Amino acid sequence: MKLVASDITVSLTNKRIIHDIGMEVKEGEFVGLIGPNGSGKSTLLKSIYRVMKPTAGWIGLDGDDLYKLSPKESARRMSVVRQESSVEFDFSVQEIVMMGRSPHKKTFQLDSVEDKDISDKALARVDMSDYAERSFFSLSGGEKQRVLIARALAQQADFLVLDEPTNHLDVRYQLQVMDIVRQLGITVLSALHDLNIAAMYCDRLYVLKEGHLVASGSPDEMLTSDLIREVFGVETDVSVHPITGKKQIYFISTAFQAKGIRTAEVSSGP
Amino acid sequence: MRRTSLTVLILSLMIVLLVSITLAITLGSVDIHPRTVWRIALNHVPFLGEWTTEDWTRAQHSIIWDIRFPRVLLAAVVGAGLSVVGVAIQSLVRNSLADPYILGVSSGASVGATLVILFGAFSMYGQYALSVGAFLGSLLSIVLIFSLSRIGGQNSTVRLLMAGIAISAILSGVTSLIIFSAPNEHGIRSVLFWLSGSLAGAKWEYLTIPSLVVLVCLAVLLAQYRSLNSMLMGEESASTLGVNTVQFRKLLLVITALLTGVIVAISGSIGFVGLMMPHIVRVIVGSDHRRVLPVSALLGAIFLIWADALARLSFAPEELPIGIITALCGGPFFIWLMLRSSYSFGGGGR
Repeated sequence: MKLVASDITVSLTNKRIIHDIGMEVKEGEFVGLIGPNGSGKSTLLKSIYRVMKPTAGWIGLDGDDLYKLSPKESARRMSVVRQESSVEFDFSVQEIVMMGRSPHKKTFQLDSVEDKDISDKALARVDMSDYAERSFFSLSGGEKQRVLIARALAQQADFLVLDEPTNHLDVRYQLQVMDIVRQLGITVLSALHDLNIAAMYCDRLYVLKEGHLVASGSPDEMLTSDLIREVFGVETDVSVHPITGKKQIYFISTAFQAKGIRTAEVSSGP
Repeated sequence: MRRTSLTVLILSLMIVLLVSITLAITLGSVDIHPRTVWRIALNHVPFLGEWTTEDWTRAQHSIIWDIRFPRVLLAAVVGAGLSVVGVAIQSLVRNSLADPYILGVSSGASVGATLVILFGAFSMYGQYALSVGAFLGSLLSIVLIFSLSRIGGQNSTVRLLMAGIAISAILSGVTSLIIFSAPNEHGIRSVLFWLSGSLAGAKWEYLTIPSLVVLVCLAVLLAQYRSLNSMLMGEESASTLGVNTVQFRKLLLVITALLTGVIVAISGSIGFVGLMMPHIVRVIVGSDHRRVLPVSALLGAIFLIWADALARLSFAPEELPIGIITALCGGPFFIWLMLRSSYSFGGGGR
């Protein structure tokens, strides 16, 4: 078992944000975390990547108490791609990726040829080799996200945590970023806001609502009209897509729901 | 410019620094040949002294060795220190607008130093009293500013600057209040002169502590350059990259307070250097601290040597407070930076 979280509770200024959540991520799994805004996805992830210590509960990484690991040790085992707030300082792409090597370095150790090699390979895996000398600022959203994934790869951890990696990206880059992550072949835990993306890429889903774990299981089990109505408060038409064989969720706005009912009435007329 | 070899850049800046030191020493009311400068210097090095023949007058010797040498070297140390503290504080608060002068850390140091000069506070530390007082003052103010700006979660630029401006105003008020209630005239005059920032008091024996502190802090920061880089990506990102952010923040707070305190104790508060140098350096070498730190230190040293030379010479024999020179250079420089479309304080617009 890669990650085990049991009875996690997170409170901020006496307000509980996460209530007794338990979850597991197995070696090699791609696990998604879904739920509406404010359901606690990011907070749960933060407590897993050690930025927000749970007020109660236990998190184990490879069987060790996560919060007892040194910061460097946990960075060698788990890499994180966050929703990056704007970076005010200018770094080159290569410098950003090289930051991923820092948990492997001692205080006075300089970057070695091996470090350079690892960071070059990480850039190649996200198809950004030509951008090594470019300024991080000059990149598009999708390119930035790929560089941050390369930085995570340079950490050589076999557990990757992603916080809404496709946020603000064009459709093409959403798929590209997710394809890259899927192909890495490492254990992934990701918060996702797009249910179709979750259906396409995840092995298992955890569904959160108002800080509680509502359900968990395979995307096929989780992504039903009933559950989506209960958690997200929207009507959907869920089918299996003929090409991907994955669940496909179509959202029906309330305006069309009314129309739908009327046409149904007309057709069922005398 | 990123590709410029760091070694080449540092070596050339070192040469420029040496040339600047030499030239700045020759400048003044008494003309002195550059060769004489170094022969007098070598004369003071143990063993080498026997090799030089004394062909200078006693007056020349005293002007060069006792007055100009310590002053120019102090300018270099203070310039380097101010630039390094600028880099450290900008990484600490993750904001390129930060500098100890703007954030009011210098004001804190001034309160401590004023207390020492006028009332003999911390006299148990003897000759180190001024440094100790200034250090404690700057530590107090930076801890205050930092914790005020973090109340209620994430620290924003606006909160930080507001906290800095408020603390700076309060502490300047406290300084004025102390001066107002001071018992002796002489003390007041020396405080006022010192507050406006000056290197005029330089003596060899004053050089040791600032030089040591600047060198040690620079070395410690250089050893932590990876953490400094990661901190610029945001504190939470830094912690996912293996930085122990709680400890590292404390280290940066202490280093900032120590450098500011020691520098303010020796030279008063000199503005703009700590803000200006890191910016110029980032334009040249990017944001990687392995490059930014040594280049800032060297460039800061060179800049302040010439600023001080200008302060000494432009209205000779009257001396300008050096703060006037740095402000007159710094202000227009920033406007020019602002007007350059390719640069928006650290590069947000690139």
